[in-house]
Amino acid sequence: MNHTDGTLIDVLQFLFMGIQRGSIYAMVAMGFNMIYNATGIINFAQGEFVVLGGLMMVSLTMAFNLSIVFAFILTVLFVMVAGILMERLTINPVKEPTVLRLIIITIAVSIIIKGAAMCFWGKGSHYMRHFSSSESLDFYGATILPQTLWIFAILFFLVVAYVIFFNYTMTGKCMRACAINRDAARLAGINDRKMVMLSFALSAGIGAIAGIIITPIIQMDYTRGAMLGLKGFGAAVLGGLGNSMGAVFAGILLGILEALGAGYISSHYMDAIALVILLLVLFIRPSGIFGSSEAMRLKEF
Amino acid sequence: MLRLVNVNSYYGLIHILKNVSMHVSEGEIVTMLGANGAGKTTTLRTISGLQPVRRGKIFFHDQEITGASPEKLVSMGIAHVPEGRQIFRPMSVYDNLELGGYLIYKHYGKKQLKTDIEQTFALFPILKERRTQYAGTLSGGEQQMLAIAMALMSRPRLLLLDEPSMGLAPLIIKDIFQMIAKLQADRKLTVLLIEQNANAALKIADRGYVIETGKIVLEENAGKLMTNQEVKRAYLGREQKEIWE
Repeated sequence: MNHTDGTLIDVLQFLFMGIQRGSIYAMVAMGFNMIYNATGIINFAQGEFVVLGGLMMVSLTMAFNLSIVFAFILTVLFVMVAGILMERLTINPVKEPTVLRLIIITIAVSIIIKGAAMCFWGKGSHYMRHFSSSESLDFYGATILPQTLWIFAILFFLVVAYVIFFNYTMTGKCMRACAINRDAARLAGINDRKMVMLSFALSAGIGAIAGIIITPIIQMDYTRGAMLGLKGFGAAVLGGLGNSMGAVFAGILLGILEALGAGYISSHYMDAIALVILLLVLFIRPSGIFGSSEAMRLKEF
Repeated sequence: MLRLVNVNSYYGLIHILKNVSMHVSEGEIVTMLGANGAGKTTTLRTISGLQPVRRGKIFFHDQEITGASPEKLVSMGIAHVPEGRQIFRPMSVYDNLELGGYLIYKHYGKKQLKTDIEQTFALFPILKERRTQYAGTLSGGEQQMLAIAMALMSRPRLLLLDEPSMGLAPLIIKDIFQMIAKLQADRKLTVLLIEQNANAALKIADRGYVIETGKIVLEENAGKLMTNQEVKRAYLGREQKEIWE
């Protein structure tokens, strides 16, 4: 290695690791925001979607030996169906849906999914092969896994798809309309219940993608959902609840801070760092760094 | 065209509408007068399905519509312009109109939606100028125009208007009321209009109802309501002396 500046390489290495983890938080946070915008609730089963995605992908690729692309599509569809079922069976039938009731339901669903995942996939952690080579690449002295590049690319693709969907398609505009002003949307003939279902489907889909792409790196087991969900929630709050572009930046920022903290302070405190940031945001600026405090006052939760 | 029979409606435990019965015939402009909190807005929300009916029945074209969802009622031809200019502020004027015409898009496709929006622009030229602007940046009057235009996008037969003049300058109010009268004449649109500005409303209306604490207390032709002593005193702001001397 002909680089002499070791500290710079360290920083670069932590940055890669941070962005990689942060991308996952960003995706989880986007999922939180979709459901939040459609229903005003936080779906605490969001982390479970990630786990389901990861574990399903493991089964399809490792046990059934399907190709990565085919398994990817099947897994996303499977988790989206799980999301739709969750909405139809547990959210839609609630007679008088208050925010608190719905949130408690999502916690119950997360426990159920976690239990089911344990019964089905067992307690061990599951290994999955990388999308392409698992050999690290050298990048100015730091190393980066090809899988990490896949993660960056997929996050980028998701953000572009997100912007196109919500700004240029009628269905996306209808979903935004429901989030902005539900009564006005219903008076325009938009079925808000259908939009809620769709938000669960899309949010489950994003969760599944996050789970699929991170599994080769972290190895998935059934308990991962809670922590991934919590950190994604931290990113969503940091970015301003409901603001998905804010969530992407906040997610990556959170990942970087976490990686720097782990590198320079102690890796034991890695999980604590995200939570301390979440607490600080809630104490100092509950509307998040990208959220407007005016909008926050109007929100129920 | 529209008939309410002994409609009762509640907000939680509070009884808002008490046996409200009224009707609106095809092609009429009917107005409803009443003080704040009398139940005018609730009446409209009940008709458009946003507010559940506890007892009583609502008919539209002799078909019972009690308890139908707002989405269903819009597709049947009832458009509701709620009070306070309920537009999608962070979206462009054009997007707002597209959403207003969601059902056209759903049933007839994107092309038809585009032609319909062009027609709406012909009716409201100011909105065409503002088409790319965020709806929240429009002036109050323009926002109200947009709210009405959005409702018209669904090709309604019956238009429910909730205080279209609220918070607007007198000149703009005049424009909006002219627009309503014109719509009724040109499009054979039936209008149920709620107004604090009783004078302006009675001028364009055919008939009027007076509602007090959730009960209909009076039904008259608009002309007769204008000269009714009690209405003059309570809603038209004529001087007491003029009446009592």
